[in-house]
Amino acid sequence: MKYLDEYRDPDLAQRLFAEIRRITTRPWAIMEVCGGQTHSIIRNGIDQLLPEAIELIHGPGCPVCVTPLEIIDKALAIASRPNVIFCSFGDMLRVPGSAKDLFRVKSEGGDVRVVYSPLDAVRLAQQHPDREVVFFGIGFETTAPANAMAVLQAHRLGLRNFSMLVSHVLVPPAISAIMESPTNRVQGFLAAGHVCSVMGTWQYRPLVERYHVPIVVTGFEPLDVLEGIRRVVLQLEAGRAELDNAYERAVRPEGNVAAQQVLSEVFEVTDRAWRGIGVIPQSGWRLRNAYRAYDAEARFAVGDIQTRESPICRSGEVLQGMLKPNQCPAFGKECTPRTPLGATMVSSEGACAAYYQYGRFIKAEEVGVAR
Amino acid sequence: MCLGIPGQVKEIYDMNGIRMGKVDFNGIVKDVCLAYLPDITVGDYTIVHVGFAITRLDEQSALETLALFQSIGLLDEELRSNAAEEEAA
Repeated sequence: MKYLDEYRDPDLAQRLFAEIRRITTRPWAIMEVCGGQTHSIIRNGIDQLLPEAIELIHGPGCPVCVTPLEIIDKALAIASRPNVIFCSFGDMLRVPGSAKDLFRVKSEGGDVRVVYSPLDAVRLAQQHPDREVVFFGIGFETTAPANAMAVLQAHRLGLRNFSMLVSHVLVPPAISAIMESPTNRVQGFLAAGHVCSVMGTWQYRPLVERYHVPIVVTGFEPLDVLEGIRRVVLQLEAGRAELDNAYERAVRPEGNVAAQQVLSEVFEVTDRAWRGIGVIPQSGWRLRNAYRAYDAEARFAVGDIQTRESPICRSGEVLQGMLKPNQCPAFGKECTPRTPLGATMVSSEGACAAYYQYGRFIKAEEVGVAR
Repeated sequence: MCLGIPGQVKEIYDMNGIRMGKVDFNGIVKDVCLAYLPDITVGDYTIVHVGFAITRLDEQSALETLALFQSIGLLDEELRSNAAEEEAA
């Protein structure tokens, strides 16, 4: 059996695979929401080792991939300004905007810097009082507490030269949008473990009830993912829909209350466009009015932007689970991690990049991978 | 970005009124904000996202995850790529 000897505990992995095979009697489509889980699934060949009846649909949980093109273009416009130090997480630099990416802006002389933590950007603002320091505040509920704290810290320090380009997205409204889509095939979800470390698990109970869909909070290691799948299949086979936590070592039901307090102090819920998907109501966070002084969009007046997506990129379908990355005609040809046409080919959490990195150039069924 | 890496708190200090710590990820030590885990103490393990400790973790789970991440190269990917890009800049 392919890959299995690479698992941390191959015996346990073997037992979990066997158990999933044993309990599976019908076809099921399960979505892993988080890009980190997609990466783990492809890296470890989990999708190819599962029984054929189980299809894993890769979800939209890659923050780099779903940050809307308009925001990327705004980032490029702001980063191009002469007095700006533009700070970002590293994986945003190659995300294609309408005409270029942040790497190009940097090579053209823009001061674009990769930071490890948003607090590093606040420190840069302290060190360079004569420059405008802008942080690209993207991500799901996992990165939001860090970004909120950076805004609070800039406020506390009275920094007038710090601002944030905010484009936060939220998991629960995305699950609603997927379940309400007329083309939806998803029957059960692996919820993103670290999002729940911050937000807790309670937000998912209404979704379980409204859509009668099993949701299992799941970690990121191969064995975590397998255990999450096993628990979803158990529910599906029994006709149950419950909220379950398979990642208890890092997720408490109430989440991180201190982080939630700061989040609600700094951010408020807003409608948000998701790249490749479109606007999902109430699916993002923006700065509250009290912190509008730190809003880079207002500060730099970058309202008027005409966006243009690559005409051949089909990442929108990939993000909605309608197309596997290697079913896209451009995959591995015009579109590679070096020359990405869409954001899903950029980040290691993007489904296309994961498929490329682990050599999934041909669909599994075409090469007859042993299961 | 969203992976989250377990590490051990080695030292706690204050930076401009924010609770910070030195956190050891199998030999790589980083400055990490501890404001969201007000009860965490030196010696405890935590999962760190973009420089912020977001949840506690028991020692055994943390060590197992760290060993796994190191064996498949994920530690360097998460912790060092940014610094390397900065140096290259």
